[in-house]
Amino acid sequence: MTGTTSRVLLRIWAYLVVAFLFFPIAIVVLYAFNSSNVQAWPLPGFSTQWFTVAWHDNQVRDALWLSVKAGLISTAIALVLGSLASFGVHKFKFFGRETISFLVVLPLALPGIITGVALNSAFSFAGVGLSLMTIIIGHATFCVVVVYNNVLARLRRVSGSLVEASMDLGARPWQTFRLVTMPSLTTALVSGALLAFALSFDEIIVTTFTAGAQNTLPLWIFGAIRLGQQLPEVNAVVLVVLVVTILPVAISTRLTGREGIQ
Amino acid sequence: MTASPMSVDTLPQGVGRSVGATGGFAGALWRRPWLRGSLTLAPPLLWLGVIYLASLAVMLLTSLWSVNPLTNQIDRSWTLANFQQIFTGTYLVIIARTLVMAIAVTATTAIVAFPLAYYMARVASTRSRNVIFTLIVLPLWASYIARVYAWIVILQKGGTLDWFFAKVGLPEPNIGYTNIAMWIVYSYIWLPYMVIPIFGALERIPPSYLEASADLGAHGATTLRRLILPMALPAFAAGSIFTFSLTLGDFITPILVGGAGSSFIGNVIYSNIGVAGNLPFAAALAVVPIVIMIVYLIGANAAGASREVS
Repeated sequence: MTGTTSRVLLRIWAYLVVAFLFFPIAIVVLYAFNSSNVQAWPLPGFSTQWFTVAWHDNQVRDALWLSVKAGLISTAIALVLGSLASFGVHKFKFFGRETISFLVVLPLALPGIITGVALNSAFSFAGVGLSLMTIIIGHATFCVVVVYNNVLARLRRVSGSLVEASMDLGARPWQTFRLVTMPSLTTALVSGALLAFALSFDEIIVTTFTAGAQNTLPLWIFGAIRLGQQLPEVNAVVLVVLVVTILPVAISTRLTGREGIQ
Repeated sequence: MTASPMSVDTLPQGVGRSVGATGGFAGALWRRPWLRGSLTLAPPLLWLGVIYLASLAVMLLTSLWSVNPLTNQIDRSWTLANFQQIFTGTYLVIIARTLVMAIAVTATTAIVAFPLAYYMARVASTRSRNVIFTLIVLPLWASYIARVYAWIVILQKGGTLDWFFAKVGLPEPNIGYTNIAMWIVYSYIWLPYMVIPIFGALERIPPSYLEASADLGAHGATTLRRLILPMALPAFAAGSIFTFSLTLGDFITPILVGGAGSSFIGNVIYSNIGVAGNLPFAAALAVVPIVIMIVYLIGANAAGASREVS
């Protein structure tokens, strides 16, 4: 169908685009090991000193710790809420089921700034001060959809006849859930949790409006870039955030293939 | 799950009890599917309803309030002043600029994505298709701030681009901190959102359609124009929902990559909440992307985008 010349051109284009996608990422990786404190290309030499500097910077440590706490707790909440929503939508046919899917997806489909301003308005209205809790509320809200997508995709693939067979063999509902349903969902849950954590750990738009004076790691990076300060440290911290976001999706594609990451 | 005639769900209550031999709370739940359904769905619905939808409602209310200039407190008396202000020249220009950026970015990603998606779906071997797919998805999830920062480093004075231009003997490009830089960054960052749905759509076109088109004497270009592009249209619409929505609501790139003339909806909202402390006006301005996205979603739905997303 496609002529030889077009095939070759298409292949070249594909490789160029993939190279374009990875070129900036490679640059970030190289800059993290820049031995100089001047941000100019080509880099004069390589060193790991800025990782040490960043590690001993209390602001960076506090931001890292806040991001980890927010990520873990939001992921836990998203796991519970996302699985429940996917069970409910998968298992029960009822009026308004589409509305629930829509509602779960909405926080990720609408621009993040809307979620951010909405939560900020609500906290201001209710007189709730911005704290770790408000960050978590924001993160959990948009992380639910990641778990929901992963678990729902799996539930649709796992045949209902397994559950029926288990019931026919006399297993109680709870036994069936524990011994049949859960094991088939494990990788989907792990993958959903990893992606939710990555999403939370890197989130910056909603967090800006729910964090107040606190800094998560991305907020610290944002502030430092704006002020043009501590850029060698920023290089190192950016690489850490990059790795924390890429590893989960790499593991997740191994676990579930194309199922839940789209 | 559809209940087969033998499934426990359809048995009379007494039989269900003897089959499962379930008593107590679990049994009560099992015999009342509506109760199980409600208990399963209540927590996520409460969370999203109470926290998310209610917050959106409060934001809409807030957009109809104002800030008392003397006390800096929010004055909760109704006014349309925020929206009147939005419809004055300055803000209309900002909204138009944001829309132009969103359209430019959407068009760029569509043009870059299509040949790649076509290669993946119709030319590449299964193995290299899977490899490329993974290579498209990885940057999509890679840290957003890291990818923006990468472009600051590349485009700034003395950065990688300057070095490259000097090597080839061209004058300094000087595009750091401009709207052109923002266009490059957005097109880069949202590109995978466009590739994935188009790839999916092209993968689903039955080979027999292409053969039929060739048998009927259509050239490659005719097949592309009359068959492949129309069949991929819903996927373009689906991808554009992301590129459009994400560009409308972003403030990181205008602040970090943009320059003096880079007032966009996102960073104006941001500065109204931060520096200016005018939450009601920020809330009113946040209504603009909502309205644009609702109009856009209706249009995209008409093009069949929802089939591609779900």
